[in-house]
Amino acid sequence: MHTKTLTEISRGLQAGDYSSQELTESYLKRIKQHTALNSFITVTEDLAIAQAKQADAMLAAGNAPVLTGVPIAHKDIFCTQGIKTSCGSKMLDNFIAPYNATVIEKFNQAGAISLGKLNMDEFAMGSSNETSFYGTVHNPWAENTVAGGSSGGSAAAVAARLISGATGTDTGGSIRQPAALCGITGLKPTYGRVSRFGMIAYASSLDQGGTMTQTAADSALMLQTMAGFDTKDSTSAEQDVPDYSANLNNSLQGLKIGLPKEFFDDSLNAEMATAIETAINEYKKMGAEIIEVSMPNLKLAIPAYYVIAPAECSANLSRMDGVRFGHRCDNPEDLNDLYIRSRGEGFGTEVKRRILVGTYALSAGYYDAYYIKAQKIRRLISNDFTEALKTVDVIMGPVTPTPAFGIGEKTKDPIEMYLADIYTIAVNLAGLPAMSVPAGFIDNKPIGLQIIGNYFDEAKLLNVAHQYQQVTDWHQQTPQGFE
Amino acid sequence: MSLTTDDVNQIAYLARLGIDHQDTSSYTQNLSDMLELVAQMQAVNTENIEPMAHPLDNIQRLRPDIITETNQRDAFQTIAPQVEDKLYLVPKVID
Repeated sequence: MHTKTLTEISRGLQAGDYSSQELTESYLKRIKQHTALNSFITVTEDLAIAQAKQADAMLAAGNAPVLTGVPIAHKDIFCTQGIKTSCGSKMLDNFIAPYNATVIEKFNQAGAISLGKLNMDEFAMGSSNETSFYGTVHNPWAENTVAGGSSGGSAAAVAARLISGATGTDTGGSIRQPAALCGITGLKPTYGRVSRFGMIAYASSLDQGGTMTQTAADSALMLQTMAGFDTKDSTSAEQDVPDYSANLNNSLQGLKIGLPKEFFDDSLNAEMATAIETAINEYKKMGAEIIEVSMPNLKLAIPAYYVIAPAECSANLSRMDGVRFGHRCDNPEDLNDLYIRSRGEGFGTEVKRRILVGTYALSAGYYDAYYIKAQKIRRLISNDFTEALKTVDVIMGPVTPTPAFGIGEKTKDPIEMYLADIYTIAVNLAGLPAMSVPAGFIDNKPIGLQIIGNYFDEAKLLNVAHQYQQVTDWHQQTPQGFE
Repeated sequence: MSLTTDDVNQIAYLARLGIDHQDTSSYTQNLSDMLELVAQMQAVNTENIEPMAHPLDNIQRLRPDIITETNQRDAFQTIAPQVEDKLYLVPKVID
């Protein structure tokens, strides 16, 4: 059953081909067989079985929503009432969330089954899942390589078919990069499309929850449930939610695809360039028109991001103070000692780096030179996208510079790790939606094609991705040992 | 721009963030590298460019001034490190 897509599973459940309980038990068994991947932080077996029984009752009664009984799992950044929500950190290792994130509420109301909480880089800061307090996630395509990050557990679990779909979050590429490295379909929606309420904040002006699935059609079903205005999130967009599955089969005849020349310069790895060109040729065959666009400020995305994201994280993570929840040091001498040691013991090295940089960038005398300057650069990057999207429908390029790299290969040099997100970060600064779609293999390791769209144009992105998946089978490939 | 270990200790104090003494020099190196990376921004002319704080340039939404939250103190305090008489306990601040 595990080879089925989320869409097929939903159809099978609605048709009564199998029960949610059978399905849930079969996935739980697979999760137990493949613990070596380290994709889960918490498996909620009892809860899943209870939810499955309820789902079966809903299905039997008729009129059950489309995700009823479908087993998924959530990145451990989404608060789940009564269940440990660690955010990949020792700081929250003892944190039992007292409420549900809006996204979790929506999936619960839709009758979806949650099999547990997925591994991730600590507080979503990382591109390899190696900063997790719970250890590295292994890429199912090659166990000595990383699954990507920060939503590495989500990507690995979907790629290994341990779940039919997962939630993820994307602040600088954290859905798209692991999706590309694990050969699955990832969607980062427009900023504000999915509620951030109960999604533990890293950089609040960049964070966005999204989907990680086998196919674009699966993604449409998940996004349908996740998206929508939420009064509990002050940055939530008051926009109607369209039917994301309605336009999947639209023809791409006349689609205008923009290729930013800055994505395809000499710095792009030759094998990656060939793979992306091959994918774009498929679109040409479907009638798309290819147009070169220029986005001169793209190269400034990493510098701007590494001021804005740390600045926001240093403010957001100040709530982890050892007073109201989370880790507290033993025998604090005074209040300062309590703060300093609780935070010193609770946070890992990468989180500390970013808090330090953010604190520095926001400190008196440096605020204008770093933070305001970065926000001005952010405007320039956003203007580049706006300009390009006046002439094209979507923008395409690589997701990552290379396929999955080795575990430990980039941990010694943080800057090298940051460059793993060179093609994804600009999208977050602009707040645009973007997808990663499986587009081939280099050295037997999957790579992704990035598709970037206009604000709130997720339906178009899903259509463009779905059509590609009708003429290719990269998304159907399963890693050896997980068939 | 290069930082010194004293700078890093001061920043860590401002952030109330304990870092192990033996790690200070590697943090100093990492932070200096990060500042060098972001220094590329300084070469760009951003005169008359409005800073972008938020991707959708939204304004803060207002709502009627009505209480919507219910009191969940008991739920929140069950996960607190130390509470007494419904108060969060911290070391003594004033003698």
